[in-house]
Amino acid sequence: MSGIILEKLNVWFDTPETRVDAVKNVSLRVEQGESVGLVGESGSGKSTILRALTGLVPTWSGAMEVAGEKLGRQRSRHFYKKVQMVFQDPYASLHPRHSVDQVLSETLRLHGFNEIDRRISNLLTDVGLGPSFRFRYPHQLSGGQRQRVAIARALAPEPEILLLDEPTSALDVSVQAEILNLLVDLRQEHHLTYLMVSHDLAVVGHMCQQIAVMQLGEIVEIMPVAEMRELKPKHSYSRHLLESSLGYKRADD
Amino acid sequence: MTRLDVENLWVKFPTRNGIFDAVRGVSFSLGEERLGIVGESGSGKSMTGRAILRLIRKPGQVTANHISLDGEDLLKLSERKMRSVRGQHISMIMQDPKFSLNPVMTVGEQMMESYTLQVKGPRFQAKDKVLEMLDAVAIRDPGRVFNAYPHELSGGMGQRVMIAMMLIPDPDILIADEPTSALDVSVQMQVLNILDKLVRDRGMGLIFISHDLNLVSSFCDRVLIMYAGRIVEACAADKLHEAKHPYTQGLLKSLPRLDSPQERLEVLDRDPAWAETDSVSGVT
Ligand SMILES: Nc1ncnc2c1ncn2[C@@H]1O[C@H](COP(=O)(O)OP(=O)(O)OP(=O)(O)O)[C@@H](O)[C@H]1O
Ligand SMILES: Nc1ncnc2c1ncn2[C@@H]1O[C@H](COP(=O)(O)OP(=O)(O)OP(=O)(O)O)[C@@H](O)[C@H]1O
Ligand SMILES: [Mg+2]
Ligand SMILES: [Mg+2]
Repeated sequence: MSGIILEKLNVWFDTPETRVDAVKNVSLRVEQGESVGLVGESGSGKSTILRALTGLVPTWSGAMEVAGEKLGRQRSRHFYKKVQMVFQDPYASLHPRHSVDQVLSETLRLHGFNEIDRRISNLLTDVGLGPSFRFRYPHQLSGGQRQRVAIARALAPEPEILLLDEPTSALDVSVQAEILNLLVDLRQEHHLTYLMVSHDLAVVGHMCQQIAVMQLGEIVEIMPVAEMRELKPKHSYSRHLLESSLGYKRADD
Repeated sequence: MTRLDVENLWVKFPTRNGIFDAVRGVSFSLGEERLGIVGESGSGKSMTGRAILRLIRKPGQVTANHISLDGEDLLKLSERKMRSVRGQHISMIMQDPKFSLNPVMTVGEQMMESYTLQVKGPRFQAKDKVLEMLDAVAIRDPGRVFNAYPHELSGGMGQRVMIAMMLIPDPDILIADEPTSALDVSVQMQVLNILDKLVRDRGMGLIFISHDLNLVSSFCDRVLIMYAGRIVEACAADKLHEAKHPYTQGLLKSLPRLDSPQERLEVLDRDPAWAETDSVSGVT
């Protein structure tokens, strides 16, 4: 069975001035239990693909299928039990007046879990936040602590499929290592499927078997991770991206 | 030449379990240089930056022997004077770019407002200037972004708008809190080039907070490593890979690598003693 199938997906936004074609003719498959990385230019449509999958952008054409279910305009509650997303912007995705405890208990209750108390404390431990964070509000947390709350919330319903938008961009590398190890363990134990956006090619390389490179709304190349590691992409933009990842070089002018 | 001098900075928050010390006696100086700050999530990096600008929200408290900008102690300034410091001398790019932008104003409107207010430039020039700045931060479609609202931008576009906005007043000191975390590596290089030029050509002082160790090591001059509210190590950026402190060494070891696959990433065994030792001085 396939985890995620996108067939000729187009996503656009109508604004008063113009129409923005954010995703153009994208086809992509993520097998169940596999992980695919989405990398590419800032503004190239990566988040838009994930948002369209979760039903947050109504203006799209083509076909989307998730865990065997063909997607229409609406998403059922059952869909969100199976599919969860970690948003790129952890601040915007947390309600400012809900404490960590409220965020997690609400999600757990919504999906019919019991033993809420125990689950919350396990979730917090999993993402490296101690019990002292449980009753904090988002403004009392650092950037990386907020991101970890968002990850805990996505893990809470025990989903089969995770859409991860820059899940570790605000974490120091030691906490990042803990979270990535956790995601790898969960994938192994429960056969989870990940579609992961990141600008950090080493992170994507560590997590994913296939890497899709995007530019200007299109996927310009899908390569196996080995090809990326050998810095041998086919498309000129992918090559440019890989070369830029080798560190900062001062411009001599 | 030292522009900014911070001595014995503390940031405290009262919580239900007593006082929490987010920053614990940190001292450092900043010249016309790129000073990197890396460290544990929650170690006080953002609070250090905000404290310099006196932007710690109540009930948080800031104390320090002094926070001096060109010899003048910012802690002693009136709120009115402090506002002009924020407008003209020290800018900060916040970690949450979209949150710092006004959601009900277009990007162009807010940037033009900031230009006419802070540069006191004529309004007819403002639009050209703003479009030019958007172009400089590698925004592909400056015309559209000018008319867009913050929620219509991608993560990295919002970040670049913030960067462009903070550069409008041509600050003496820029505090950049994870300014490029949402940018692809290629755009990131272009943005860093702009910051680099400002340091080299205008003598700007840059505080660059980041989790990207390789980037900090190749881009910055010096690095401070923070852990639990203190500086545990200070070193030349190009010597970061020879760091001595076990925390810093642990960080370097937990990096995933593009050139060699690993089964599992190494994780840190945090030693409680790291939080107990006194802060190292970051003064030069
Ligand atoms: N609500 C919206 N209205 C109009 N345009 C939008 C909207 N949301 C996104 N866009 C546009 O769609 C394009 C793709 O945005 P998206 O957020 O998918 O990029 P991204 O690849 O995730 O970039 P980044 O890496 O910077 O986060 C951008 O040009 C953006 O301005
Ligand atoms: N209002 C508050 N009340 C209590 N504690 C707070 C408050 N605001 C921040 N803190 C705590 O202060 C500490 C330092 O926060 P800061 O934002 O400076 O961390 P940081 O080093 O920038 O971390 P990150 O890399 O995750 O952004 C954190 O542990 C945070 O939980
Ligand atoms: Mg995005
Ligand atoms: Mg921070």
